[in-house]
Amino acid sequence: MTLPTKNKEGNHPNVKVRSGILLGSPYLLWMVIFIVVPLAMIFYYGLIDKNGAFTLDNLTAILSAEHAKALWLAILLAVAATMICLILAYPLAFILSRTKMSKQGFIVLLFILPMWMNFLLRTLAWQTLLEKTGVINNILAWLRLPALNIINTPYAIVFGMVYNFLPFMILPIYNSLIKIDINVVNAARDLGANAFDVFKKIIFPLSIPGMISGITMVFIPALTTFVISKLLGGSKILLIGNVIEEEFTQAGNWHLGSGLSIVLMLFIIVNMVISAVFDKEGEGSFL
Amino acid sequence: MNVLKNSLQKIYISLIFLFLYAPIVTLIVLSFNDSRTRAKWGGVTFRWYGALFQNEDIMQALFNTLSIALISALVATVIGTIACIAVMRMNRTGRAVVLGITNIPMLNAEIVTGISLMLLFISLGLRFGYGTILLSHITFNIPYVILSVMPKMRQLNPSTYEAARDLGAGPVSGFFKVVMPDLLPGVLSGFLMAFTMSLDDFIITHFTKGAGVDTLSTKIYTEVRKGIKPEMYALSTIIFVTVLLLLVLVNRTPAHKAQKLSEGEA
Repeated sequence: MTLPTKNKEGNHPNVKVRSGILLGSPYLLWMVIFIVVPLAMIFYYGLIDKNGAFTLDNLTAILSAEHAKALWLAILLAVAATMICLILAYPLAFILSRTKMSKQGFIVLLFILPMWMNFLLRTLAWQTLLEKTGVINNILAWLRLPALNIINTPYAIVFGMVYNFLPFMILPIYNSLIKIDINVVNAARDLGANAFDVFKKIIFPLSIPGMISGITMVFIPALTTFVISKLLGGSKILLIGNVIEEEFTQAGNWHLGSGLSIVLMLFIIVNMVISAVFDKEGEGSFL
Repeated sequence: MNVLKNSLQKIYISLIFLFLYAPIVTLIVLSFNDSRTRAKWGGVTFRWYGALFQNEDIMQALFNTLSIALISALVATVIGTIACIAVMRMNRTGRAVVLGITNIPMLNAEIVTGISLMLLFISLGLRFGYGTILLSHITFNIPYVILSVMPKMRQLNPSTYEAARDLGAGPVSGFFKVVMPDLLPGVLSGFLMAFTMSLDDFIITHFTKGAGVDTLSTKIYTEVRKGIKPEMYALSTIIFVTVLLLLVLVNRTPAHKAQKLSEGEA
């Protein structure tokens, strides 16, 4: 670390900037090699064919019946899972934000704790629970209720998505709710607003950044998953993530896989832009 | 009215916890199941816990998982913390560009990050294995470190460092004696977050691992078709219970301390 002689730094913007670049060079190098170049390679592979000639075929391949169906199904299931997560998470985050301060940290930890058990195993456990002769159906039969046959259907995939990504929705909403200044709420009450008005005019609008951030954090992994569909959807239901994964690990057509990834990234970018517009301050961030 | 509202709230929270913890309870129960398949209940046994330590494949995968998590979290913490110091010294545009690119691995889909690294390693001609997994994990861990150190960096009072320098401290000792103590909570929580992310990762490892090298996640994934070995349930139960005990210990510290800890993690 060669910093400029004392007293100079801080007063000398150029020296400061130069030392910043020098100090940062290990990371800048890392960033270029492991983030920028790999992304560029997806674009490179996606825009050429096997002979190295420029082509758009790998992108337009998304329009073929098989791929379009996989993308459409992925969007549909991801939207459904995101909506369900939002509906389940909001009341929960709201209740949590009102519990005693000393308990709060612990309760939030309880939502993160499941992540310490391998997520593949946790998802597989739902097979045991949801199977035709599984635990849940045994309980339902005992209660003389009709059996639930959702394993190996798209419903099971949505179920798995909600299960895996629910904490990603709860935490940002919770974080935006506890940041609301209680004085603002009290002022509204003093001025005659009832509980519903306070929620509608103060709490809900102030929690929008948290919701947007939660939506992004659930929608993107749900849209691009190949694991959940493989574990809970049987082997017949293909989402766009499964198609891309197979192109890389089995079919070995990296060009097609890269092309489809570029299409997938378009959705991710749109989603990111929307969340950036709503969440300028990073208020509702996950962390 | 309030009593009704309170109990409704409690029921709701309990239902969500039931949903989140049902698979975990299932896995713990399966780890005591005296039958090779998860479809059949064969009575209670502890033998999987013994067999676990005899199973070299699983032990090797556990070692890979833990060592990759530890090394990648350490390296990411060092690179990430230095990067934060550097970023603070850059001008507005430089800072925005660097932080923008840093966010990419966190915001992008893991499958895209995974295949992009796979393509990189192929074109560099690297042999896929432990090394490529480690490089990938360091890459996706750095943003988490930067994310948790950066807020602490912004709260720093630059005058304290300048005062230390005026009083004769060198740049390095000035940094470690004056700046580092203020950064430490952020650095620690960044390290913990990086460690956890690495431990739990499957997707990126899936694309950057080579044949013959497995972490616990990839091992489980290859076992899915044949059926998961019950030893795996035993191992995940041990890991889970260990973390649970650690958390309980942390939460038994006095309230103001616990508050600080959870703020550090936030």
